[in-house]
Amino acid sequence: MTTPHPPLLSPGYRSTVLRAPRQQPILLPHSLGELTGPVLGEGPVVAGDADLSVDGSGEAQGQRIVVHGRVRDADGRPVADQLVEVWQANAAGRYLHKWDRHDAPLDPHFAGAGRTVTDAQGHYRFVTVKPGAYPWGNHANAWRPAHIHFSLFGRAFTQRLVTQMYFPDDPLFAYDPIYNSVPEFARDRLVSHFDLSATVESWALGFRFDIVLSGASATPMETS
Amino acid sequence: MTGPTPSQTVGPYLSIGLTWAEGPYVVAGDAPGAVWLHGRIRDGAGEPIPDALVETWQADPRGRFHTPGFRGFGRCGTDDDGRWAIRTVKPGPVEGRAPHVAVSVFARGLLHRVVTRLYFADEAEANGGDEVLATVPPERRHTLLAGRDDEGYRFDIRLQGDDETVFFDL
Repeated sequence: MTTPHPPLLSPGYRSTVLRAPRQQPILLPHSLGELTGPVLGEGPVVAGDADLSVDGSGEAQGQRIVVHGRVRDADGRPVADQLVEVWQANAAGRYLHKWDRHDAPLDPHFAGAGRTVTDAQGHYRFVTVKPGAYPWGNHANAWRPAHIHFSLFGRAFTQRLVTQMYFPDDPLFAYDPIYNSVPEFARDRLVSHFDLSATVESWALGFRFDIVLSGASATPMETS
Repeated sequence: MTGPTPSQTVGPYLSIGLTWAEGPYVVAGDAPGAVWLHGRIRDGAGEPIPDALVETWQADPRGRFHTPGFRGFGRCGTDDDGRWAIRTVKPGPVEGRAPHVAVSVFARGLLHRVVTRLYFADEAEANGGDEVLATVPPERRHTLLAGRDDEGYRFDIRLQGDDETVFFDL
């Protein structure tokens, strides 16, 4: 019995040191506020939001990829008709953000954010470009493995999840304190799989990333 | 099957993917009874956190969830001074307990969201009978109380340090 989530205080990831609460959290008995949650479907989604690889005037640079998967809860039920949000660096490892000072080029055709909605079986699909690794100053020669940020809601406030999807066999895994903050038994749940069936001939490589949210009535102690 | 997917930090650039223009508006700006819930998020050194995000989930003024026309959900990133603000209406009592708003906080440096509850300082009687507040040590309860001000209710969040906000395990 153990949680798959990283401890808030993970000193290898320097920013946790002044931000992780130090007091023990108080167990919250579940009432309607925890057992319900925002149901965000297509409302925030605009046509084209699931394709990050192209904007109105041109195509993003880099290796085009299809990222798809299925969202379920811990009871195995598909999480249907739900908003999935993603954001990422461009192929050169640079975010379109005023604070990103990495000396890598911005891409005029890559904003780095996408949204879509799961279908009735919980499936989602994005088209994007493979993000690059980038340096982040956490420690000497620190580089983040390539990753895509994911945000999901589920059916209950208890199920809210923000996570990161990584790519198979990344040589930076061993050196990344954010990836390694996750208990070892659960780390591979963050790594997508190359998926030949999702590749598009002469156009894009496919990766599959399945996501499992907590059960609606999950407790802090999850079965591993 | 595999177990739940682990959480990871939203990182410093969360505003790319998680903010949208109407996010802070649970209700329209001019809705009757609308107030701003607002405050500042600080770290253990007392410094404002400019790369955090607050999400709120609440009942409608009659204490019900998922009522047609009431989204109940608000989302606001912090500005350079660590400030956030959400336009909403005060929730009604839920299941006979004190009115409250569920709050999630995400930030660079938080590997998993932290969850707290905003209660209203001007609901002293209802707060006195609330079963969740009763589980909080009396000397820390004030960290869950939003005080009335000119704009609405102020709710500062302190992730660590003196006056650390009370956070909950779900």
